[in-house]
Amino acid sequence: MDFLTIIQILDSTIRLATPLLLACLAGLYSERAGVFDIGLEGKMLAAAFLSAAVAYVSGSVWLGLLAGIGASVVLAMVHGLASITFRGNQLISGVAINFLAAGLTVLVAQSWFQQGGRTPSLMGGARFEPITLPFADALSGVPFLGPIYGDLISGHSVLVYLAFALVPTTWWVLFRTRFGLRLRAVGENPAAVDTAGVSVTRLRYAAVLICGVLCGIAGAYLATGLQAGFVKDMTAGRGFIALAALIFAKWRPWNSLWACLLFGLLQAVALRYQNLDLGGVVIPVQVMDVLPYILTVIFLAGFVGKAIPPRAGGEPYVKER
Amino acid sequence: MVSNQHTGRPDMAAPDAAKAPAIELRGISKSFGPVQANKDISIRVMPGTIHGIIGENGAGKSTLMSILYGFYKADAGEIFINGTKTNITDSQTAIAAGIGMVFQHFKLVPNFTVLENVILGAEDGALLRPSLAKARKELTALAKEYELNVNPDSVVEDLSVGHQQRVEILKALYRRAEILILDEPTGVLTPAEADHLFRILENLRREGKTIILITHKLREIMETTDTVSVMRRGQMTATVKTAETSPEELAELMVGRKVLLRVDKTAATPGAKVLEIENLKVVDSAGVMRLKGINLDIRAGEILGIAGVAGNGQSELLEVLGGMHSATGTVRLNGKPLPLTGPGSDASARRDLGIAHVPEDRHREGLILDFHAWENVAFGYHRDAKYQRGMFMDNAALRADTEAKMAKFDVRPPDPWLAAKSFSGGNQQKIVVAREIERNPDLLLIGQPTRGVDIGAIEFIHEQIIALRDQGKAILLVSVELDEIFALSDRIAVMFDGQIMGVRNPATTNEKELGLMMAGITDTSALATQEASQNG
Repeated sequence: MDFLTIIQILDSTIRLATPLLLACLAGLYSERAGVFDIGLEGKMLAAAFLSAAVAYVSGSVWLGLLAGIGASVVLAMVHGLASITFRGNQLISGVAINFLAAGLTVLVAQSWFQQGGRTPSLMGGARFEPITLPFADALSGVPFLGPIYGDLISGHSVLVYLAFALVPTTWWVLFRTRFGLRLRAVGENPAAVDTAGVSVTRLRYAAVLICGVLCGIAGAYLATGLQAGFVKDMTAGRGFIALAALIFAKWRPWNSLWACLLFGLLQAVALRYQNLDLGGVVIPVQVMDVLPYILTVIFLAGFVGKAIPPRAGGEPYVKER
Repeated sequence: MVSNQHTGRPDMAAPDAAKAPAIELRGISKSFGPVQANKDISIRVMPGTIHGIIGENGAGKSTLMSILYGFYKADAGEIFINGTKTNITDSQTAIAAGIGMVFQHFKLVPNFTVLENVILGAEDGALLRPSLAKARKELTALAKEYELNVNPDSVVEDLSVGHQQRVEILKALYRRAEILILDEPTGVLTPAEADHLFRILENLRREGKTIILITHKLREIMETTDTVSVMRRGQMTATVKTAETSPEELAELMVGRKVLLRVDKTAATPGAKVLEIENLKVVDSAGVMRLKGINLDIRAGEILGIAGVAGNGQSELLEVLGGMHSATGTVRLNGKPLPLTGPGSDASARRDLGIAHVPEDRHREGLILDFHAWENVAFGYHRDAKYQRGMFMDNAALRADTEAKMAKFDVRPPDPWLAAKSFSGGNQQKIVVAREIERNPDLLLIGQPTRGVDIGAIEFIHEQIIALRDQGKAILLVSVELDEIFALSDRIAVMFDGQIMGVRNPATTNEKELGLMMAGITDTSALATQEASQNG
């Protein structure tokens, strides 16, 4: 494996980790506030479809992004209404959103574009194009540093940089601001927040809203950045992998980054080495494809240390006497 | 012991007429559906006093305080704070009016530091750093002023219950509370911690703060309050000066009839050893050793009381003996060894051998709240021959049996068809106690027999326990209420950190000695050091 191959795999890792990271941070805001969200997948899917559709029709990827965020936020508010206002079961609400998105996207896509439940391919301004960072070309001749900067760090779409910038931002918001303190508190003991005279409902809606926006960006990135258009079930379980990454990361922003990069790396390796030949033993592509999911199961089964979820997670807040 | 005596405070006898009361409630009423929780309640609390509110469970104390803290809106009535009519709509307006509340179950974020908990909801700006710095300074000042020492950087879940309570008080003071409401504050404290709390309250009172103390412990009322109000069935039955009343009078006002505060019992006549425990060890699921080699025995016809602060292994001891937890060591019942793991160590095997168990938490372990009373009366004994008819259960026999038990134990209302959750705490406990005692066990394990039970029912349950002892049965009593331990026990064992610190005779020991043992100190000469550290 030469240096260039490593750079290419890492480059691919960053691209593949981006939607995971966005979804993972989305889940982090929601779950830190005590609202479990297994509907990340559905929100991403809805956002992927609507962003691709609007980008295609309008020719503007930015309008597409907005539409994607809009779709995701609507679903997030449905989840908020069910789990915060009506104190319903958060898991069931999440499952419902996933089903709703899976069915509705294909149905609407088919009746809108008649292409078998997909959107037409996006071109030009309807996609997020890679950005070349300053000096990337000038440095391309420099050995080692050139490829690292020019190929690995430069040349991604703006959403990739946004996703990575969100990691320190999220950390700062959670641990350095009043909003973050209250958000964390409401996920641990909403009664403490309530008796301190702060609205539990408003805080949780805010968290769910942020979750919707981030899922929307993740979905839009899938359809207009990573790929060129929407196809049926294109999220392919990324919402669930993001949840696994969130647990693996113990609901912490920086850990989320590492977890998502790990999952991204596994996906990148699977993509590159369709049939991995290890000295005569050929590992079929299916094994590589299934690796991220096996890892997910292992993480979820709790083999990676003890992950303590936010204590009030999954429970609607009912004021007691 | 709480040191202050009312005789030494003549200044409190006549409240200053010129001053407006810190709190005045006029005609407060509140109903929940058909239940009237508060009925036309009026009360005046003068600033700089400690006012006690006592009453049985369900008398409406908590509802009244919830109205004052903005959790509920009163149906009728007015609230005046320092003479100004105040409309308290939520916790925020209550805080703004200078009211702070220390709940029975603390409202703290367990994995936050003390500082973070204190500023939560009272931050100065969008960024935390300045608020934290300011709070740190204030906490230092408050700690000095009121003996409220807590390390601001400690994580709350690592603190003892007593310290967590101080955090709650600090929270209120940081929000500039002038009126502090404490709901059953000593239920979870060791005697030493309770003493410290009362010193803090005394300091606060001296600084002119007004304190409302809600409790069911008559002794605390007598020792700390200036005035006291009694509530019964949603009404304020009396407000008196503490110095002019007696525990007996207060108890009678609470219950509405004469109550025996002291348990009448004759000296025990212990017989043969019923239960022998040797080197009993328990490791919990997290790998922590909860019982570190317990040695105890209980004889027929005696009550062995286990005193200790909750969480020092008493629960595990009950669970092991009741067959809910496996263990290592030797336990013999009537001379025969009990299996402690594997087959024959489960709860039903224990019951077959004559061990009855009234668990500490009747809601979690003693009852199925959604089931009818008659179903709850059968649990654990539902395989008994008398409840069977062929391959079916004889539900009619069961209901008849339930009616008989309800009559004998004065369960109200005596309706076998009522769901367990519909009974009051005291009546729920009577159902559990009836089920276990009426099986006529050789050994009764009973945990927190009167937790959340009103005075009238306490008296009754205590009588039943004594009666069982007088029939020559062995009883293992676990309670966090020292008064209860003293009232019932023939011998007292103190547990600390999974060990028995010692066994004492209730006639020759006192609360101070037991309190020290409960804190892990067996050497009574350390008494002076303990005092010093409390003041430091």
